[in-house]
Amino acid sequence: MIEARSLYKSFEDKDILKDINIVFERGKINQIIGQSGSGKTVLIKCLVGLLELTSGSVIYDNRNFTTMNSKQKKELRKEIGMVFQGGALFDSMSVLDNVLFPLQMFSGMSKAEMMKRAEFCLDRVQLHGVNDNMPDELSGGMQKRVSIARAIALNPKYLFCDEPNSGLDPRTGVKIDELIEEITREYQITTVVNTHDMNSVIQHGDKINFISEGRLEWQGTKEEFLSSENEKLKQFIYSTELLKRVKPV
Amino acid sequence: MRFFTNFGRYLILMYKAFGRPQSGKYFRKQLVEEISLIGLNSLGIVLIISTFMGAVLVIQAGYNLENPLIPRFTIGNGVRESLILEFSPTIVSLILAGKIGSSISSQIGSMRVTEQIDALEIMGVNSASHIILPKIIAALISFPFLITISMITGMLGGYAAAVIWHIVSSNDFILGMHLYFYPFEIAYALIKTVVFAFLIVTISSFWGYYVKGGALAVGKSSTKAVVYSSIAILLANVLITKLILI
Repeated sequence: MIEARSLYKSFEDKDILKDINIVFERGKINQIIGQSGSGKTVLIKCLVGLLELTSGSVIYDNRNFTTMNSKQKKELRKEIGMVFQGGALFDSMSVLDNVLFPLQMFSGMSKAEMMKRAEFCLDRVQLHGVNDNMPDELSGGMQKRVSIARAIALNPKYLFCDEPNSGLDPRTGVKIDELIEEITREYQITTVVNTHDMNSVIQHGDKINFISEGRLEWQGTKEEFLSSENEKLKQFIYSTELLKRVKPV
Repeated sequence: MRFFTNFGRYLILMYKAFGRPQSGKYFRKQLVEEISLIGLNSLGIVLIISTFMGAVLVIQAGYNLENPLIPRFTIGNGVRESLILEFSPTIVSLILAGKIGSSISSQIGSMRVTEQIDALEIMGVNSASHIILPKIIAALISFPFLITISMITGMLGGYAAAVIWHIVSSNDFILGMHLYFYPFEIAYALIKTVVFAFLIVTISSFWGYYVKGGALAVGKSSTKAVVYSSIAILLANVLITKLILI
């Protein structure tokens, strides 16, 4: 479980996040949704410590991440996996080396054990026969799979996904979402997904957090999502012509 | 004000960069790769530049020392001094600042904009140490070799020009090369070289590491890396020369 408590983040004079209080539950897909520029990515970067908070705290299973020293943070980060929007694969390394990287850095496993684990992770994301390929030789969907394989290599307790299906065709996007959900359920990971993909929200959002102008505007489940009376959320959901046409009366 | 802010950020980055690498085995592997990239890949350009630099120095010295009262061996002597004291360490370092500096800055900048540096940080890897430290060590090892090779090649280029175009006889040129030679001058040149190597890699890494934006910003940071590295080399050159030689 991860908690954001009274979280504020400002850049110079501009307040980006204001009084965010969210609990991200274990074994569930916890989604952060909102328009571009609403502060979703800043929130996720604050949660993982890539950005320092202006005030507030982030708690990982009763461990206050905000007050930890750099050594403690480093230890906790071994329990975190992250799938970046663009994959963020190391472009100087092959697919296999990308997945092996966290294992080589932190696992203390033998070479054979690391190979076994890396191949298991690649198999788990249904990637075969691309071990020696370089990231730029893969499609966007395959890069995301490698990114997921790398993120789960060290058996993380917490998985962060920043717009995992952006830049992918709808079908590939659905597959990536399904993969994240399967992994979350299978390993009982606390998964935080940053998205503005409506299909992803309706299909996989166990707990949805809608951010608008840096504030937590609405919280609920996928079942409550479409019937919400929150005006800002309704405007966000039905902002496209397609969804306006299928809007429930 | 911005200068002091950037200087402070530079010092912080250096503090992080000199942190202990996460994996010694991985660090050694990266170090070998960086020596290959920074050292071996620069050998060709160093050889070409140094050969022509030495040849031109001889031609110009021959053109300017027409006075019969000045012995011809002075040409060999002057070329040696110019190459060891200034041309090989400083001019070659300035050229390497262009080649290596822009490469380092754009490589690290690309890693920043594609979130590869963030990925390292999330994993708990000290990204500055992981990326920058092998480059610094590789440059500190490679540069003295490159500059020594440049000195030798420059003298050979000068010798070839002197003999081919009959600017000075082979014996006079070699005599000039040997006369009044102080081995300390080599030490002075190598001290400068090591400082220049450090400045090129760290300044270029700084501009790459803190880049914000996309491809355009990476390009701009690459230009800044070369400009600031070159200025730093020139300033350090004056300071070191003043401290060591006078």
